[in-house]
Amino acid sequence: MPVSETNSRLLHQTLKACGIQVVSALPESWLVPVIRMIGDDPGIRLIRVAKEEECVGISAGAHIAGMKSAMLVPNHGFLAAVNPIVSLAHLYKVPMMMFIAYRGTFGDTYPWHTPGGTVTEPLLQTLRIPYTILDSPESLERRVRDAQALADASLLPVALLLKYELMMEA
Amino acid sequence: MKRIECLRAVYPQLEKRVVVTIMGAVAIELQAIGHRPNFFYLQHAMGLASSIGLGLAVSLPEQKIVVLDGDGSLLMNLGTLSTMAHSGASNIVHVVFDNQSYLSAGGSPTATAQGADLEGVARASGIPNTGSARSVEEFQTAFASALDSSNLTFLVAHVDTSGPSDWLTDLGLLENRFQFARHCQSLARR
Repeated sequence: MPVSETNSRLLHQTLKACGIQVVSALPESWLVPVIRMIGDDPGIRLIRVAKEEECVGISAGAHIAGMKSAMLVPNHGFLAAVNPIVSLAHLYKVPMMMFIAYRGTFGDTYPWHTPGGTVTEPLLQTLRIPYTILDSPESLERRVRDAQALADASLLPVALLLKYELMMEA
Repeated sequence: MKRIECLRAVYPQLEKRVVVTIMGAVAIELQAIGHRPNFFYLQHAMGLASSIGLGLAVSLPEQKIVVLDGDGSLLMNLGTLSTMAHSGASNIVHVVFDNQSYLSAGGSPTATAQGADLEGVARASGIPNTGSARSVEEFQTAFASALDSSNLTFLVAHVDTSGPSDWLTDLGLLENRFQFARHCQSLARR
């Protein structure tokens, strides 16, 4: 099943419409097209990281400087970034937009993604991270703007889970 | 050489820069010399001072960002070197005070005590300017040329394994964070 170019483009356009100018990312097969589109867009600064923890630092630096930013990571990368989320974003009250490829859920055929799929939401809840699941292109911009509004109001990192139905062609 | 001597030697050049430090001795000693609104001390999240520096650098391209890192912290996030090297950001001076020790966490040796070469890692990662210093004069000279350079610079200062006796100051973490953000955002508006 190929990744949806149409919805990847919509996601890229949504980030632009929401004023996001700095994106840090670590590629994951579902995220490859949107990362490519962002990389080709001179209006967004893309930083390719080696490990997802770096994204938390980069987003914190961008926020402190007054820039809107986002990180694009797979859910196993979110697991890798738990310490900086707690000891930087929570400790220092830094809002963040975390776009997380929600691997290992219904539809995913790869066994190695399934453990991460089962713990992602319980972990977000344990960390008191507000989140929403983006499972269709309907009103995507509205939902991302609403997430941004809450992140900025609460000074918290928030998560947008990119679901199989959004990211993959039917 | 002592880290605080290095900090004193370059303090006049730090006064107008956006500065991010790690926790522990660097933060305590810089505050002892004199806190400023343009100094941010990352009091946890070991390894990420340089990543914050990179986020600041791409957001404030007219500013030179100074990151004051340590060997233990950098060893936790070596990928930051290749990320910075290939990010396109050129406005970062990344200083590592290498005391070969997790000093503020009890003083166990780091891998640099066994010969791990952080300057070598930085060079091999693609950082265009790298250097190291073993005397205050060397450090002062290398730091001054790093500030003048239009390239990303990585500088190791080999310092003694000694530091302050206490790890807390009366500067609140959030007070520091919001004051620093206000300063950076005033620079962004200029």
